[in-house]
Amino acid sequence: MRLPASGATTAAPVLEPLLFELEREGRAGRHVRGGENADALIPAGFRRGEPLRLPQVTESQVVRHYMHLSEVNYSVDTGMYPLGSCTMKYNPKVNDRVAALPGLADLHPRQDDASVQGALALLWELERMLVKITGMDAATLQPAAGAHAEFTAMLVFKAYHAWRGEGATRRRMIVPDSAHGTNPASAAMCGFEVTTVKSDARGNIDLDALTAALGPDVVGLMLTNPNTLGLFEERVRAVCDAVHAAGGLVYGDGANMNALLGLTRPGDLGLDCIHINVHKTFSTPHGGGGPGAGPLCVKERLRPFLPGPGVVREADGTFRRSSDDRPRSIGRVRSFFGSFGVLVRAYAYMRTLGEEGMVETSEDAILAANYLAARLKGRYALAYDRPCMHEFVLSAAAQKKKGAAALDIAKALIDEGFHPSSVYFPLIVPEAMMIEPTETEPKETLDAFADALLRIADRVESDPAPLHDAPLTAPLRRLDEVTAARHPVLRWKPPSRP
Amino acid sequence: MNRNPYSPHTEADRREMLAAIGVSSVDDLLGAIPADARRPALGLPAGMSEAEVQSHLASLAARDRPAGAGPFFLGGPVQRRYIPAAVPALAYRGEFLTAYTPYQPEISQGTLQSVFEYQSLMSELLAMDVVNSSMYEGASAVAEAALMAVRLTGRKRVVVATEVYYQYRETLRTYARGPELEIVEVATRDLAPSAAGAACLIVQHPDALGTLVDVRPVADAAHAAGALCVQVTEPHACALLEPPGKLGADIVVGEGQPLGIPMSFGGPYLGIIACRDALVRQLPGRIVGETRDANGTRGFVNTLQTREQHIRREKATSNICTNEAIAAIVASVYLALMGPRGLRAAAGLGVERAHRLAERLSALEGCRIGDEGPFFDRFLLATPLDERTLHDALELDGIEAGGVAGADGYPGRSGLVVQCTEMTTEAEMDALVRGVTRIVTGSGEKAAAG
Ligand SMILES: Cc1ncc(COP(=O)(O)O)c(C=O)c1O
Repeated sequence: MRLPASGATTAAPVLEPLLFELEREGRAGRHVRGGENADALIPAGFRRGEPLRLPQVTESQVVRHYMHLSEVNYSVDTGMYPLGSCTMKYNPKVNDRVAALPGLADLHPRQDDASVQGALALLWELERMLVKITGMDAATLQPAAGAHAEFTAMLVFKAYHAWRGEGATRRRMIVPDSAHGTNPASAAMCGFEVTTVKSDARGNIDLDALTAALGPDVVGLMLTNPNTLGLFEERVRAVCDAVHAAGGLVYGDGANMNALLGLTRPGDLGLDCIHINVHKTFSTPHGGGGPGAGPLCVKERLRPFLPGPGVVREADGTFRRSSDDRPRSIGRVRSFFGSFGVLVRAYAYMRTLGEEGMVETSEDAILAANYLAARLKGRYALAYDRPCMHEFVLSAAAQKKKGAAALDIAKALIDEGFHPSSVYFPLIVPEAMMIEPTETEPKETLDAFADALLRIADRVESDPAPLHDAPLTAPLRRLDEVTAARHPVLRWKPPSRP
Repeated sequence: MNRNPYSPHTEADRREMLAAIGVSSVDDLLGAIPADARRPALGLPAGMSEAEVQSHLASLAARDRPAGAGPFFLGGPVQRRYIPAAVPALAYRGEFLTAYTPYQPEISQGTLQSVFEYQSLMSELLAMDVVNSSMYEGASAVAEAALMAVRLTGRKRVVVATEVYYQYRETLRTYARGPELEIVEVATRDLAPSAAGAACLIVQHPDALGTLVDVRPVADAAHAAGALCVQVTEPHACALLEPPGKLGADIVVGEGQPLGIPMSFGGPYLGIIACRDALVRQLPGRIVGETRDANGTRGFVNTLQTREQHIRREKATSNICTNEAIAAIVASVYLALMGPRGLRAAAGLGVERAHRLAERLSALEGCRIGDEGPFFDRFLLATPLDERTLHDALELDGIEAGGVAGADGYPGRSGLVVQCTEMTTEAEMDALVRGVTRIVTGSGEKAAAG
């Protein structure tokens, strides 16, 4: 911890100075020395003309700076983080440690196969496990995150239809109105037109609307199951059948796979492929926004189109990178093999859990979500009142009428000591509050969170106005996002430079 | 006992929760799953203790040969560089590592300010106005830069130099399948004459083979034709070379891995993308901006979000959501620790060693530096031997000799791409010179042994 500064006054108050504001000319680290003769080896016209104006600070200053910043950051390691759709479960430390083993972390991606047999074996095993969990036949580990996998799948779909001679006609992708924003964005990046279909009164895809939207020009459907309402698609097979009957393919957005481990396999339900947000389901740390990893698992008919290379095991038990099984590959979607360090963590986690541990993971995630929903639904409207999977969505529309919107409730949760839920997503629920407790929060924490939300509901009834000022106990009060966007300041600039 | 070691629930907890829900088991909550597809056997192995997992992973790692194990000259976008001890100690603290996208800025200032500092440091290094908070890695950043240029110009023709990293060109071609762009690959010297009708010219400096490239005429030609100039670069090079912002580049992209991020067999890395102020509304990904809170205290928020998928959906500038924020934080800690002198030293040592090594190798019979013109910290070594033969022979000697230019897809080139950094030692250079001497000229140890 840090003690409050005594008497230090600055013109404009800051939480922590910027590195540039800490510097003094001449201070420097000594992490690397030498190289003074390089300039002479670079022709004058190529040399950097103006000095490199990075801050000059000592290592101890850097350490204190980032320690101070770490103290004003909420994280899973410091508290419950019930951000819906993000699966903020506990991230086991052993996974970080094994990912840092020199035999895994200090490998260049272009080393020959013979010198990376352990890494290739790990990837091969991981691929097999993912395929078994999803009920698919093949996988690519390349995509860097969920959205990247979506785009990869769109390209695979496009190549598949083109190979069947329907590339020119199939140009429209169907996306439910509850879908995450990355879905329509990925379809659009692939040049597809997006048709939105609405949800029905039970939170399923409206089958009539879907049928009406289908036609010979349809590429396929992007299906999130359980969907972003936390609800399992009740007619998932009928939905997939309808798309297939129209010659389309079904893409599975597997962001919510934490609900399904060992409880059902998307491949058994009619989906043609599914991505896995490894950073969610398999507990890799989210890094303040990333990295992730988004392996894409597919049925046999899509295998030939996958990005290459994959890993194959030879008869003698050695491993080799190869694209032999993907003759119509769309090509690579990034340099090298994917977020390997993330995949190592996921592999370690999966081996720790084993099959039974995975099943229990999903059971407990579903249990925790339904428990919280049961505790809260008397005071907040449950958007769809049926058993949820690993998350659920409340609507604060009634609270808004009384004077406190979902945003105010979220900020009040901060004063109660919790990271808020996701808010205003999915878009189809007014004043949405999307809560995903995950399986790793103990019951007493779930109860404390429910109690906090119930107290806030009381405050909305009695005196909602002060909620507009929340949070009061966080490092900062509410920030002016409008000015930030209108007059963007996107970097520090030296005072002398306008 | 729990089958998931991270589960906190006792059986009593579970019973109480089920009772509160009003069901007798979790199965009562699974009614929406088709009955015949419920609870399939997956065929996965049983769980392991932490100690077992640690030793299993250690045994896998033991089958690999890490970069430090022998002479090492692989490089390109991914480089073996020194990582100061304070980098992982700070950036991988749980408060940073186990947070997510800072949707709640009041309790996320650690992430937000650190990323703002990354944007500031990187802007300075590149001499560019705006840097986003990160892309996935270098290749997808190049592809996104091309898509950005396509949106800005309304043209669908992208011209890329064949001396841009082959992984980047391949990824660009993959991305181009979506919007059906025309990708034209020409030698760097033919970029300028190919500008007509192009959305952008993509040039790499220093290029994939290490050669220094005069970017200004490329940028001028692009601008004269109403196209944009996209420069691929490397962060260490910008410490010594005239930065892209001074060369006329409109969009700058590159791989940030050398800034303190482990090579980790391909990822996760840091995609750098920067642009001029005027283009910022078309920049993909998250951007952090400065503002004030209700008390007037300075703070930072994600800003200009109307470019992004969660608001604009199919009209967004990109689909990117999860990015590489922790890598941006790593890079900010790295740049803060190194400072201007440290960064120039690391870059300079690579340059010095590459030049010394090139001089020694080109003195050998039949060996020469394969590309004309000045180079930076890597170079093409051409020998009378077939590149693969030489590479594999060195490999047998335990030397990671570098990329093979011809097979990798650099037209008209053949030989090894040899990379040096501050980590390259005299002993490693001696080993390479000895190895090449023996294999190419047939003299040295082999002759002595024979
Ligand atoms: C339902 C859903 N789909 C897709 C995504 C995109 O995944 P990523 O952020 O890994 O790109 C997310 C997550 O943010 C999500 O919640």
